[in-house]
Formats: sequence, C-alpha cells, structure tokens
Amino acid sequence: MGDIRKEIRFVLNGGDVSLSDVAASDTLLDFLRIDRRLTGTKEGCAEGDCGACTVLVGRLVGEGIRYETVNACIRFLASLDGCHVVTVEHLSGVDGQLHPVQQAMVEHHGSQCGFCTPGFVMSLYALWMEAPNPSVCQIETALQGNLCRCTGYAPIIRAALAISEHGNPGSDWLNTEREMMVKRLASINDGKRVEVARGADRAIIPANAADLAAVLAEHPKATVVAGATDVGLWVTKFLRDISPAVFIGNLSDLKQIDCTDNRIRIGAGVTYSECEDVLGENFPHLVEFWKRIAGWQVRNMGTVGGNVANGSPIGDTPPVLIALGAQVTLQSRKGTRTLPIEDYFIDYGKQDRKPGEFVAWIDIPTCEQGTVHAAYKISKRRDEDISSVCAAFNVMVVDGRIIHARIAFGGMAATPKRASNAELRLIGKVWSEASFVEAARILGEDFTPLTDWRASADYRLRVAQNLFRRFYLENSDQAEPVRLIQA
Amino acid sequence: MKDTVSIHGSTGTDLHHESAVKHVTGRAGYTDDIPEPIGTLHGYLGISDVAHARITAIDLDDVRSAPGVVDVLLADDMPGSNDVSPTHLHDEPVLAKDRVEFWGQAIFCVIATSRDAARRAAELARISYEELSHALDPVAAIEADYPHVTAPLQLKNGDAEAALAGAEHRITGRMTVGGQDHLYLEGHIAFAMPGEDEDVIIYSSTQNPTEVQHMVAHVLGVQSNAVVVNVRRCGGGFGGKETQMNQFAALAAVAAKKLNRAVKIRPDRDDDMSSTGKRHDFVVDYDVSFDGNGVIQGMQGNFMARCGYSSDLSGPVTDRALFHADNAYYYPNVLLRSRPMKTNTVSNTAFRGFGGPQGVIIAERIMEEIGYFLGKDSLEIRKANFYGKTDRNVTPYHQTVGDCIISELVQELEGSSDYATRRQSVLDYNARGGIIRKGIALTPVKFGISFTATWYNQAGALIHVYSDGSIHLNHGGIEMGQGLNTKVSQVVADAFQVDVGTIKITQTTTEKVPNTSATAASSGADLNGMAALNAAETIKERLVQFAVEEWGVTAGEVAFLPNTVQVGSEQFTFAEFVNKAYFARVQMSATGFYKTPEIHWDRDTGTGHPFYYYAYGAAVSEVSVDTLTGENQVERTDILHDVGRSLNPALDLGQVEGAFIQGMGWLTTEELWWDDRGQLRTHAPSTYKIPLASDRPREFNVRLVDWSENHKPTIKRSKAVGEPPFMLGISVFEALSMAVASVADYRECPRLDAPATPERVLMAVERLREGTA
Repeated sequence: MGDIRKEIRFVLNGGDVSLSDVAASDTLLDFLRIDRRLTGTKEGCAEGDCGACTVLVGRLVGEGIRYETVNACIRFLASLDGCHVVTVEHLSGVDGQLHPVQQAMVEHHGSQCGFCTPGFVMSLYALWMEAPNPSVCQIETALQGNLCRCTGYAPIIRAALAISEHGNPGSDWLNTEREMMVKRLASINDGKRVEVARGADRAIIPANAADLAAVLAEHPKATVVAGATDVGLWVTKFLRDISPAVFIGNLSDLKQIDCTDNRIRIGAGVTYSECEDVLGENFPHLVEFWKRIAGWQVRNMGTVGGNVANGSPIGDTPPVLIALGAQVTLQSRKGTRTLPIEDYFIDYGKQDRKPGEFVAWIDIPTCEQGTVHAAYKISKRRDEDISSVCAAFNVMVVDGRIIHARIAFGGMAATPKRASNAELRLIGKVWSEASFVEAARILGEDFTPLTDWRASADYRLRVAQNLFRRFYLENSDQAEPVRLIQA
Repeated sequence: MKDTVSIHGSTGTDLHHESAVKHVTGRAGYTDDIPEPIGTLHGYLGISDVAHARITAIDLDDVRSAPGVVDVLLADDMPGSNDVSPTHLHDEPVLAKDRVEFWGQAIFCVIATSRDAARRAAELARISYEELSHALDPVAAIEADYPHVTAPLQLKNGDAEAALAGAEHRITGRMTVGGQDHLYLEGHIAFAMPGEDEDVIIYSSTQNPTEVQHMVAHVLGVQSNAVVVNVRRCGGGFGGKETQMNQFAALAAVAAKKLNRAVKIRPDRDDDMSSTGKRHDFVVDYDVSFDGNGVIQGMQGNFMARCGYSSDLSGPVTDRALFHADNAYYYPNVLLRSRPMKTNTVSNTAFRGFGGPQGVIIAERIMEEIGYFLGKDSLEIRKANFYGKTDRNVTPYHQTVGDCIISELVQELEGSSDYATRRQSVLDYNARGGIIRKGIALTPVKFGISFTATWYNQAGALIHVYSDGSIHLNHGGIEMGQGLNTKVSQVVADAFQVDVGTIKITQTTTEKVPNTSATAASSGADLNGMAALNAAETIKERLVQFAVEEWGVTAGEVAFLPNTVQVGSEQFTFAEFVNKAYFARVQMSATGFYKTPEIHWDRDTGTGHPFYYYAYGAAVSEVSVDTLTGENQVERTDILHDVGRSLNPALDLGQVEGAFIQGMGWLTTEELWWDDRGQLRTHAPSTYKIPLASDRPREFNVRLVDWSENHKPTIKRSKAVGEPPFMLGISVFEALSMAVASVADYRECPRLDAPATPERVLMAVERLREGTA
C-alpha cells in the first residue's frame, strides 16, 4: 500500500493541526488540555456522562459541514482526521466580546462553580445554531448530556431561552466562514488510508469499506472503533490497549442510509443522531425512545452498528431491532453474510463475528399493515441513563386476534433476547388486556434477570410484566393517560 | 465625575457572580488548569480491592519498573505522622500499612512522569490479603458488635418514655435513608510545589485550606508556617472538600519534598467516588405518641449511621442529625440517640446539611405517619406541631427558638401555591383509579445556623486600599460557586461606597488570613462578610481621622458617598481622597475579625445554645407516578424561602433552586449501591444518577420571603442560604409517597425508604396493592 498518509490532519478552532505521533488511545481532551493548554474544556468524568468536556466537531457532509457536540474525553484524537474542532476558547470575538450564548448565560446567572459551564455553553451553542428559538423541551434534550451540580438548571434554561436576544446564528463565525472551512476540510480529506502511531500503539483510518476489509484481513484482532462511546471507556476507565485500532466513524460508504419500500438500511457508521429522522418517520414509536438513548453528545458519536456489534445485554437498540425483525450484514474480504440480529448475540460478551469481519449495515423491514409497535426504556433517571429494562413490542392483530408477536427485552438476560414463551402464549389470542396479562405471567419462563446496581431481579421481572399491560392499554382506548406526559 | 446616585453592586442588588464571564469563556482557572513547572510529576493512588483484610504482602516490583515511574510512597515514607484524621483520633492513615478497612483504601502512591503513566503503573501492584469479615451498613455493624467511630450523643427533654407509654396513639417504625455522593463536577486534586527549607506550597480544590495546611504540616512533620495553601476556586464542594482533600494534599506534598519536583495528584472520577467520603446513610427507629389532633406527646429516635471506617466528621454530622430531628416541630417529651457506627466502607463526611437532612426527613416521616394514621392531610399535623412563639418553643437541646416564622411562611406558601385546591384536584384525579397517580405535599424546613463546634465560628479578612483607590480584598472563605466572593465584595463596596469593580478578591491563601474555618455550615457570608466589614471599618476610621486632622472638620462632617468622599463642603473622588491619605502616611491596610456571639454548647449534657439563629423555608411539590413502572416526574414545585434581608437575591435564588434539585436527587435517583464484597458499584455518573435538566419540576416557582429580616445583627440582617433549602426536596419524596398511598386509598403510610427510585416506588405500589387485595 503505497498510498498511505502518515499523519492526521484537522482544524482546531482557527488553526491547522498535523500530527503523526498519535497513539490509538490518545483522547481529544488530553490533547486539548495537555498538549495545547486549551484548559477551558474540562474533565469531569472521563466517560462521556457529564458533558464538561463538550466541544463541537464539524465534518464534511455533502456540500456542507455538520457541526455536532461530542464528548472530548472519549473522542479519540485519531478519529478527528478531516474534521474541524471548535472549543469554548473560540466563541468570544477577537475583541473579547462575549458570544450571544455566553452573554445569556452571564445575564441569567447560569453559572455557579463554573466547572460544567464551558460544556453547557458548547451544547447551547450547538442548539442555537440548529434552533435559534428553541422550546424548553428542545433545550432539555440538548442538555441531556450535561450535568450541573450547582444551579438546578433553572437559570441555564432561562439563559437558553434568551440567547437569540443577543445575536443570530447567521452572523456567527461558523456560518459566515463556512464556505472557507468546507474548502479547508475538503483539501485535507484526500481519500487516503491514514496510519499513525506512537511506538507500537497504532491507529488506522481505512480509506473506505473495502480498505477496512483489507485492514482487518491483515489485523484480524484489531479494535474496530466507530463512535467510541463504548471503546472510549475501555481506554479511559479500564486502561485497555486497543492497538491496533481501526477508526471507521468517518468512512462515507459506511455512513449511508438507504430506504426502499420494504426496508431501511443503516450503515454501520451511521450515528444515532443521523438516523433519528428517518427512523422516526418510518417507526413513530421510536421518536420518543430515540431521544432517551444516552445524551445528545453520545447520540452524535455513537452508532447503531456499534450498539449491535459490541453485543451488550443492555444496549438500547438491539431489543428494538430484534422486535422489528432486523438483519445484520457482516462484511470481510471474503464477502458479506446476513443473519437475523437475534442470532448475532450468542452469549454474554460473545457475538457471531469472525476474525476479519465487521458489521457493515443493518436492514430494518418497514412495518407491516396491522402491526402494533412500542419501545420502552425503564431506567433510574429518565434521560441519559442505561436501561434497567428495555422492551420492544411488534404485534400483528387481524380481526381482533393476535396472529404474530415479536417481543424482545434488554437487561433481562445475558443477551438481548426475545420473550419466546410469552410470544407463543399471545399468538391466537384475542386482543385484550387479559391476553397480555396472561402472557406476562409466564415471562419468568423466558427470563431470569439479575440483581445489580441498576435494578433488582424482582423489579426487572415485575416491570417487564407490567409493560405488557402498558402495551395493551396504550394501544386501546383509555379514558385516562397510561404514561407520564413530559410537558 | 461618576454617577453619584448609587454605587454599582451594593448589597441587595442582583450582581452577577464575580467570575461569571470567566466561567462562560473557559478562562476561570481551576487547580488542574495551573501551568505545570518543568519536571512536574504526577501521583496516583493504589487502592484496596477488598473491604476488610490484613495486608500480608505488598509486591510493587512491577509498579516500580513500569514506564515513567519515579518513586512509590508507602505508609512508612511519611516523614511526620501517617495520619490525616481531622478529629485527631488518629484513625485515618494517609496510606494503609497492615490492614485495610474498606474497598478503595489507599495503600501506596506511585509517582511518575505523567498521570497516565502513574495510573497505569498503579494497576500493576500485587497485594496479598488475609480477608476478614466485614460489615457494610449500620445494622450489620451493630449485629457484628462493631464500635462507634466516635462518642454517641443523647438529647433529652421531658420524659419520653412516660409520654410514649401513656399515649392515646403510638406509632413505631423504621426508615432507611440513603447517602449521597457530592459529584462536584471538579474532582479532587492537589498540586504541591516544593520551596526552600521545609516549605511547600499547595494548590488544592478544598473548602478548608487551613485544614490542608495543618494536615500537610502534620504528615511532613514540620510547623504550619512552612505550608502555604492556595485556592482560587473550587468546581463545587458541597462538603466533599472539607476534609477529603487531606490525603491527596499530604501525598503530593510528601512526594514534592522528597523528590524536589512539583507533584500533582488527581484521581479518576471512579476512584474519587470510591475512595472519598459521602453523605451518611442512616437507619432510624422512631417511636412517637400523639393525641387525636396529631399533637405529638412523646418522641424517641435511634439514629444509626453508616460512618465508614474512621471518625472523620461523623461526630458532628450525627450530632446535627439529632439537632434537626425536630425540624420545625415541638416535641414536649423527647429522647434522641445517635449511633455513629463503624462500617467497612469509605469514611463518610460532610455534605450540604451535614446530617441535618437525615434528621429533618425523620421528623417529616413522623408527620406523614400521623397524617395517614388519623386520616388527615399531613400538613394539618405539621401545623399542629409547629414551634410556638412564646411557648412550645424549646428544642430537644434546650435552646429556645426565638425567631420562628414558619407558620406565617407556610400560610403564605399555601396561598400562593393554591395548595388546598390543588390537593383536592389530586384526590379527585386519583379517585378515577387510573394508571397514573398524583401526589402533593408541603414540607417545611427550619435549620440552625452556626458550626456546632463553637470555635469554628470565627473568621478573618484582610483589606488593602491602594493609593490609586483600588481595593484588594481577602477573606478566609472559599469560592466554590455559591457566590461568596461576590457577596463579600458587595459588603465592602457598601462600606466604602465604591463601585464593586473597584474591589478585587484574589485567591484564598493561608498566607493572608490564618486559622480559618472550613467554608461550610452555610456560614461563609455570615462570617467572612462580617470580618471583611470589620476590616473596612478599621480603614474607614483611619481615613475619617485623617480628614479630621487634614481639613479641621468633625468626624460627623466626613461622609463616604457613592464613589465620593465628602469632607465638610469639599468633595473628592474616592481615589483622590485615598491618594491624599497615602501622602499623609495613613495606614490603608487592615485585618478584620469576627466571632459569632451568644452561642455555646455542652455536648456532655446535651444542652446549650448552639445556633445563633434559624433559617426557614417551605416547598409544595406535586408529582405524577406511573404505577406500572414506578417512573415519575415532578409536575410543579413552589418554594418560599427565608434568607433574611438578601445580600444578593439573584445569587440566593440560585442557591435555593440548586439546593432543592440536589435534595430532590438525594431522595429520588441518587442511589449508592455496594455489592456483597463491599465494592461501591455506583461510582461514576454512568451509574450514579444526579438530576438532569429534564428532571426539574415542569413548573418551578421559587421566591424569597420578602418580609423577613434576621432578628440577630448578622451581616446586613441576611441569613445563611447554602444548606437550608436542600431539605425542601423532601416535598417531592412525600408527594411520591402520597401517589403510592392512593392505590390503597390512603389508609396506610407507604413508608418509602430513600432514595425513592422507580424501583422502590413500584415495589411500594405493589406491596400496598397486595395488602389491600
């Protein structure tokens, strides 16, 4: 392979950065704070949960740039090749004039200890660029990944509602200079494979999916990194060696979303945020559910492909995908193979992915006529929490009778898994509360959940059973609401 | 001439936090942001992975040979004392030597050329243990005959036993109240720079620089005058940095002196949470008697606390739980006992409220119990038991409550929140029998202000007025987000009648103000504001004397007007006047001092006057609960809170809002969970869930009482605000309980334990339903 670039290139605020001495495990946060002394970006948790390290990363999408909030603590430096990184230091004007977001935060007393504040400023900045006059609900969604321990959030919400009184996004630097930045990023995105290393610690960015297959053929034990929202913690929390790591998050042929009449195809590099709209349009039951997967920063980084590939028993998307009858396609240099998603999860920590293979895409069949769908996430905290129980229902009802049921749970077993016995119990029954209560009663035959810090085994089973009732009730005419309404 | 109508930033105005612009631009410096000198080294702690064991061997060969490692410190490497016990009970080794008593206890500290290298090296230790049996909670500790970590307290008034025995109605119960991690966004950090002789300079994120100074001196075996501790600001403290920084500071200092290099120690969040103390969990047995109107006759409470392996601040924390077990209610016959139990868990410490919330919630549980027992709204029971103004006003510690405004405050809140109508709507809604149930509760708080360790109630300040009229201000308090520096600046601006921009507060340092107390107990502005005012008054007196001598006027003819000094018929700008004073050789630097008057406390007899005054507040919260899952949300909260005459209403509102949410988190989603082996498994924000923006009440109305002023001559008649509103979160907890109770038609008190996670809520719903069926 002669055509390999031996350095990563990106734009940091206004300046170009080229680096060859980069380890796979180097994080953007350490680079900013230690190498560049840009100390406005803070480390609060080093696991993508507090948002104190929030920065914007812009990357070329079509003719433009998509800027998104990310957690710098778990974002690997090598994955920034071809991107534009914007930190809090870049918001104020050259004359020191505060940015509209900053003005609003000062005016409304949005900071107390100030440590989380730069992260909030960056999340609100990204929101304001997208929605200059956001609703409270939009603000809360944008701030799902930002913790503040002092203010109780009320003054921050007031600030967020007032940003546009201080300026409009059209005159913001990221918009006025976007054309120039598109050219700048285009010039560094040369389509080559990139390899950088520090000693034996290596990072590889393949040129495309075919090149990825070639890289994995050569390094079958390589760590495949898409959004790094899981692998990031392997490094920051478990100090694991991930070298050689292959970064696939920016491969355009893995970032495709392709819709036909009977299926939606989600490429393995597609983030939760990128497929949010298309999934919401095709599967209305996922609209609310999707916004409860992690926080905004993590949805901007993490991929559905990664959520499937790593096989976590508590991932949010596998139960949903199983219930929908989705299929996963694995690719290697030998070609591709496709299997139902539930067959991919063999056991705890064990998936049906052979050396040299990678998850290429996921096909989700569109909803059939007569099917009723739901996806539920139960967690200690409403937003940005890991499920204690996740449930997805896909039930076909014809002439008042259940003729087909796919019901899958997360958090109830060593893998995401279907409730096969309960499904069988439902099939052929009339669409009634009694049918669902009866099916739920035998859920203990399908699952023996564990007790851990998220929930006890008793609660998991009980709530899973109750969700059968909820599913029926909210899909039948009820005088009273059966779920909380987040006003 | 400047506008002379009024100064900018006087007390009572909504001045912005002095660092607000720096916060939003990322230019506010925290300890980890300080540029590191060449050769700076980094320490990382090696911690135990057993809860209780004898150490049989420590093999650090792989640690020492790991890349970048410079040195490894062990217990015997402490030049002075291997102890950082803040109570001087010598029960808290810097590094464990022969025995570990909780999972996460530090055994060694590796020093390396980078933090990453030190952290990776620390993983390579091979430590052999002979494991011993452990007790993780206070009940298990009592069963295992574990000792108290410090002497228990008893508060007694009247004859509780007789009042209970002869009662018309009597309820006994047990409540488990969970602890809480501080989750300050900036974790612990210490940065030590060696100086000449025995000197060392420490930068640390601490609420208590004097304590760091003492502990570092103690561990180094040097005098306090060799140690300087500097703190510009903390990224949150909440009590978690009152003593818990000692270990990190001491180790950084020892390594810095030993290696003659700057040394920084910053644990990862997981280790910060595993290895530093938290709010005390309590198990409380209560026994209460009352008449048909719910008026309490006798009350007995046994407060068993998870203190962890050492005393730390568990003595005063468990004391304060008893001090607040009355909340706002008169107990004519009362006997309260604390059981500060040793457990094989991290040593618990200060946390906003300092044991007070755990006492208050028991008082509120009792009100709730009586309400369900008598079939009444618990608010009626509360009102029947409020402290009186002239009688029924003696606390279990025999202090007379002389400033009680809780009745008026609650009455106003009932009206402004439309409580009665909304409670009826909730009852009507629940009567429809749906899946979603609602609850509403009004809970009050009365909180005693002053350190119960009387000697802590002192503060110092230092003011320099420079010859250009600018003012340099220092005090002993720590700015950790609460706006202390802003408030103290406002006090000094008022005193000199200069715009607040004239005043600069620099980092808190033990070099400028000695012998300070922790910035804690909500006392920061009370103590340091008064000390700063005292310093300002000293300088003003000298300036007046100068004017009298220079212009031949009487003292009464000298006036400090906004940015102007009036001398007889002449006017000068403040700067002009000060400049003249300089040339006349007037000393324009002064220290200030303050000690809280009137307070005293005799722990042996359980009597005294430990609190200078009380702060009051109340909240009404309405919640919705999904009875299929236990999921819930707060629909609306109305708060009315007493801060006396506010020094800065905007900052005080921020404290009230923030404290409420933190209190709500304590009682709802924030759950500490240890596994059977004693490892804390909720040790980072991924597993430990503090409230998010979307957890705020859907409607949140917060007001300060506009008619209250402190009846004591505190700074500008204000009241402390940091801790009291924390307990307003109890309104959410009790509202959740009411929603649960609705499934059994309110016949039974659901007796929720805290935190009321969705799991606890659902399980209570199911339990009550089964009891009904």
